[in-house]
Amino acid sequence: MRGAAIVVATFAALVLIAIGLRVGWKEAGVFLVGGAFIASMLWYPPGLMRVVGSLLLAFFLYVFLQTIAGPAVGVVIALLIGALAWRFLPNRVHRRIGFMVPSMVLLIFTTTVLMYEAPGSPFAQEKQTTQQALEAQAKKFKIEEDAYSFFMTYMKGLLAEGTMGLAVKVQGRTVEQLLLPALPVSMSLGLLALVIAVVLGLVLGIRAGVRPNSWADYSSMGLAMVGISLPNFVIGACLLIFFSHKLQWLPVAGWGSYKHLILPAITLALPYAAYIARLARNGTIEVMQQDYIRTARAKGLSERVVVLKHALKGAILPVVSFLGPAAAGIFTGSFVIETLFAVPGMGQWFVKSALGRDYSVVLGTAIIYFTIITLFNLLVDFAYAWLDPRVREEL
Amino acid sequence: MTEESLMPDPADVGPETAPGSSLWSDAWRRLKKNKLAIAGCVMLVLVVLSCALGPMMTGIDPESDTNPKRANLPPSVTRRGPDDVKNPDHVLSEDKPVSYDWFGTDELGRSYFVRVLKGGQMSLLIGLVATLASVLIGVVYGSIAGYYGGKLDEIMMRVVDFLYGIPYMFLVILIMLMFSDTARDSPLPIFIALGMVQWLTTARILRGQVLTLRSQEFVEAARVMGASDMRIVFRHILPNTLGVVIIYATLTVPQVILLESFLSFVGLGAGLTWGLLASEGLSVINPVESYWWRLLYPSIFLALTLFSLNFMGDGLRDALDPKTRKE
Repeated sequence: MRGAAIVVATFAALVLIAIGLRVGWKEAGVFLVGGAFIASMLWYPPGLMRVVGSLLLAFFLYVFLQTIAGPAVGVVIALLIGALAWRFLPNRVHRRIGFMVPSMVLLIFTTTVLMYEAPGSPFAQEKQTTQQALEAQAKKFKIEEDAYSFFMTYMKGLLAEGTMGLAVKVQGRTVEQLLLPALPVSMSLGLLALVIAVVLGLVLGIRAGVRPNSWADYSSMGLAMVGISLPNFVIGACLLIFFSHKLQWLPVAGWGSYKHLILPAITLALPYAAYIARLARNGTIEVMQQDYIRTARAKGLSERVVVLKHALKGAILPVVSFLGPAAAGIFTGSFVIETLFAVPGMGQWFVKSALGRDYSVVLGTAIIYFTIITLFNLLVDFAYAWLDPRVREEL
Repeated sequence: MTEESLMPDPADVGPETAPGSSLWSDAWRRLKKNKLAIAGCVMLVLVVLSCALGPMMTGIDPESDTNPKRANLPPSVTRRGPDDVKNPDHVLSEDKPVSYDWFGTDELGRSYFVRVLKGGQMSLLIGLVATLASVLIGVVYGSIAGYYGGKLDEIMMRVVDFLYGIPYMFLVILIMLMFSDTARDSPLPIFIALGMVQWLTTARILRGQVLTLRSQEFVEAARVMGASDMRIVFRHILPNTLGVVIIYATLTVPQVILLESFLSFVGLGAGLTWGLLASEGLSVINPVESYWWRLLYPSIFLALTLFSLNFMGDGLRDALDPKTRKE
């Protein structure tokens, strides 16, 4: 144990030294402090963890609320919820919050460092090349010399003014104005896609798993695998050519009516449906050999009831734990699908901002992605405990 | 059952002497039942062989063998005669016996057949190397975390959780951009970028496996007999995770190939790959004049390869996972 800890600590130190040499010692220092702070929480006694957890929650809520309700109301609500969290939330959730909030700050820092390491600047394509004009631009958009100062300026803007900064590539818009209208678009598309993926995946996976190595298995899995056997731009293009150009049932591209939702949602859903089908198939095969299934059959229940009432539960459990990480990808949209179907969603900004070095937009998308993935992981944990009594005991 | 058959045959007592009942021969027997997985294996071998040998056998360079007069020809099985095409310039000169127009040509008149096979070499190579890299990192990381457990495990898994929270698109794109000046034409950045993203899942799975294995009796026995940690991990635990590692490696290859095709779509791909050909093909599909073969053939090869790999991975899982074992 001690030997392994020394090896891992040495490795971490080497990584920090590498960061120090390549990026700068200030940046390495921030990683050291941030990492140590998050890691130290593992040794906190429960009482201290409760206090730190609820304080961090209040802090996070304050940053979030002040943009909507103003600083004064924000402080009051944040402290109130923090106090409620201190009193009522289980220790496990405090530990989760204690990991999530500092991680988000560290995430902003990591992304900033990565961005500054990539060559080029947000103004690389600008026509005006005089030094003064560039400096004026950099000042206007608060683009600093190095990653550390940019991080400081960004955090100051976020904490004191509640703004995520100005987008460089879309003139005259702040990051919130750019991303917040796109989020509901991606969310509604994602929700429909999630429903399609879960239904399609479960139906195909259970059908395959009830009778493995039969034609029902092969045909169901063959259909399900389409989603992860072709790039999504090929799938999307095929759907587009067939349903919009040949049959002319659905509009080619755009956003507005429910008809615009169908093709992009299917394209988005197919890869997830494939993973869900695979998990459901495995879960079903496993569960069908359990003794209680034999009992159910011996009782004389029809095969339909056996599958729907008993096997379904076994098939769903692995799917539920997959949904946490999958949800973040599905709800934040996809660059390919939004480009193909001209959907004004959020996914395009992940790629556009990184390619255009639009620093504030990159950080904005990263924050939203991280928030969604953490929230869904938490939700999934609770859903899992609710579905599986064995896990409930451990909580 | 007779009394005699209950007596253990002396030849069967040793751990390695029982014929036909080892994990691997058992798995092979079950894998053979899964016709789709076997078909996948065969198909994969065919695709790999044709990609590896095809471009060499034609003797045509997929990049430089241009001929503007033969641009955007549709596929043709036979050698084109003057009657086959509107423009007689499309006919090959006499010194070339075969036209290799089976998949048509691209806008520079290059044989699409050769390009698709050559693109396959790079796609498969990326899938293989990035997967090997991610499996190597993931196995080392996951087995350290899982074997030692405790606070060390918690810290190491939090690092993984943290890295999961960074959108993988950023990681991949930013790593690609970092290398864009120094290593423009080499596939190295893409190996690093995709390996960096994919190792997380392997680490998580390995850690879970090792965590359950380390508390089992045979590990205890080894420890009691004075085996060192290194010996226990390498001789007793890791061999038991081999099945899982093989399954996930098989399933990671298609994921990596798909990720590369996404990067090609964005414009950051690793040169001539199936992903690049398919996304180029996508841009020349329009209702007025569609060069459909430019999208169709790379897509068919992609789909065949990925279908095969996915079915092989699933078949291996069925065969190796004791929980899905049918009596």
